[in-house]
Amino acid sequence: MKYNDALARYQEKISGITSQEMVINMGPQHPSTHGVLRLELITDGEIVKEVIPHMGYLHRCFDKHAESVNFTKTIPFTDRLDYLASMNNSHAYVMGVERMLGLGAKIPKRVEYIRILVCELNRIASHLIAIGTYGIDIGAFTPFMWCFRDREHIMNMLEWASGSRMLYNYIWIGGLFYDLPVGFEERCTEFVQYFKPKLKELDELLSTNQIFISRTANIGVLPADLAINYGCSGPMLRASGIKWDLRRIDGYSVYPELEFDIPVGNGEMGQLGDCWDRYKVRVDEIKESLRIIEQCIDRLSKDFKRSPEFDPRALVPKKVNLKAQDYYVRAENPKGELGFYFATQDRTDIPKRVKARGPSFNNLSVLPELGKGVLIADLIAILGSIDIVLGEVDR
Amino acid sequence: MIEKVKIALIEVFGLEVIEDTQLEGLQPALYIAKDQMENVCFYLRDSEQFYFDFLSNVTAVDDSENGKFIVVYHLASIPYQTQLTLKVQVDKPETEDVLPELNSVSKVWKTAEWHEREAYDLMGVFFVNHPDLRRILMPDDWEGFPLRKNYTDPEYYHEIPVK
Repeated sequence: MKYNDALARYQEKISGITSQEMVINMGPQHPSTHGVLRLELITDGEIVKEVIPHMGYLHRCFDKHAESVNFTKTIPFTDRLDYLASMNNSHAYVMGVERMLGLGAKIPKRVEYIRILVCELNRIASHLIAIGTYGIDIGAFTPFMWCFRDREHIMNMLEWASGSRMLYNYIWIGGLFYDLPVGFEERCTEFVQYFKPKLKELDELLSTNQIFISRTANIGVLPADLAINYGCSGPMLRASGIKWDLRRIDGYSVYPELEFDIPVGNGEMGQLGDCWDRYKVRVDEIKESLRIIEQCIDRLSKDFKRSPEFDPRALVPKKVNLKAQDYYVRAENPKGELGFYFATQDRTDIPKRVKARGPSFNNLSVLPELGKGVLIADLIAILGSIDIVLGEVDR
Repeated sequence: MIEKVKIALIEVFGLEVIEDTQLEGLQPALYIAKDQMENVCFYLRDSEQFYFDFLSNVTAVDDSENGKFIVVYHLASIPYQTQLTLKVQVDKPETEDVLPELNSVSKVWKTAEWHEREAYDLMGVFFVNHPDLRRILMPDDWEGFPLRKNYTDPEYYHEIPVK
C-alpha cells in the first residue's frame, strides 16, 4: 500500500544505519525535553546526524472534544493547550467567537483592560519558565529557583482573581468570570515594584555570564528566511531579526492604545538568530510586558475604575448561535502565533470543526533542520531555546 | 484583496483555476482547482505583488454531507501584512480504504510538512509527493482517522481497553 510507504522508509532508515552510527532515544522521560517529547537521534560519536521527533504522548484530541461540546464549554480545554499561558489561549479563542458573533467591538473597555492585564501577567510567567528551565538545561541552577520564586507571585495573583492556580477559565465569551478582586490593582503595582530589580538581577546573572554565552552564542543559528519558511513565530521569529508581533500587526483588543516596543534579536553576542538571541528576546519582552501592565493598572484605576454597576458578564450570551461560516483567528501568545480555525454550522451551537494551530508545534518543526550536525549537548541548548510546551504540540 | 488575487490568478493560470469564490463571511476565500494548487502557491509566494511567504495553518474539514473533504490554507504575508484563505475541495472516495488525494505544498512552505502530516493522521487526507507522510500524533499502527464524522472508537488497542 502506498499509504504505508513513508513508515516503511522510516523503519528502513533506522534499521539500516552503519556500524559507526548509533540510534539514541532522547525522551520521552528526559527532563530537557520539557515534557513528553521523544527525539530519536542518529548519532556518529558526539555528532547528531539526524533528529527525528516523535510527538503525541500527550495527545488529548482537542479538535474532537471541541466538536462535541458547545463553544462555551471548550474554553477550559483551551486552557490546557499551552498550560503555562492559559489566559492567552482562552483570550485568543474567545476573541474568535466574539468576532463571529459580532461582539468584537462591543466589549466594555474595562473588560478588555483586565484581559490584557491578566494576559501580560501570564506572558511574564510563561517567559520566566522559559528562561529558568533554559538555565537549568545549560547547567545553571540558580536562575531556575529565582524564576520560580517570582512566578509564584503571579500564580498567586491569578489564583486570587480566578480561583485556580494554572488553568483559569477566567476569560469568557463576551466578558469575564468575575471582576478583579478588590485590591488587585494595588497588589499588582506592588508586584511590579518588587519584580523590576529582581529582573535586573536575573538579567545580570545570566545574559552576560561567560559560561552561558559560550553555550548559547553562535549555536543553533536560525536565518530569517528559514524561520519564515518553517512557520516559526513569536520570540523565535523575532530573534531572527523580523519585527513581527501580532499585537501590533493585527492590533487586537486594546493593544493599539498601549505603548510598548517589540524587541528583536540583533546578534549581540554572536550571529543573528542564535540561541542567545532567542533567550534575550524573552528577557526584553518581560520588560515590555511590565510596561503594558503598568499602563493597564493606570487606566483601570482612573478612566475605567471599578463601580458597583459594572457587570463583567453583561454581554455573555446564553447560547452561542452562529450562522454557518468559517473564521481563522490569530493572536500573539508567549510562544508565538496561536490560531483557531472555526467552521460552524446552522441551527446548533456545536461547531463543525475547530482546529488549534499551536505555535510550539510549528516552532518545533524546525528542530530537525537546526539539529543537523550539531553536538548532542548543543541540541539540548537548541531545544531549550525553542521553548516548547508539549500540551500545545500534541493538543 | 481577494479580488486582486483572483484577477491575477486567472491571468496567469486561466479561468479554470478558480472553482468558486466565497465572498460572504468574515474571511472571504478562493476555491482553487486541485491539480493547480501547488503552482498557485508557488506563484503567490514568489510574486512581488503578493509575497505570501508565511503559511499559518492547514486544516482539513470533513464535509461528508456534500461528499467532500475541504482542505483550508491560511496564508499571511509578512512584508505586506495581509492574509488570504485558500480552499481545495477533494471528492470523498466511495470506499473507506481509499483516501482522498491532493498534492502536497510542502515544497513551497516547509511548515506544511507537519500540518499535512497532521491532516493525514487525523482526517485521512493523502498528500501526494509529501516527503515523509507518517502519522504524527496518533501511534503508527492506529486504525482509522479520528476526526472523520463517521469515526467510531475501537474497543481495544493492543488488548488495552480504550473506552
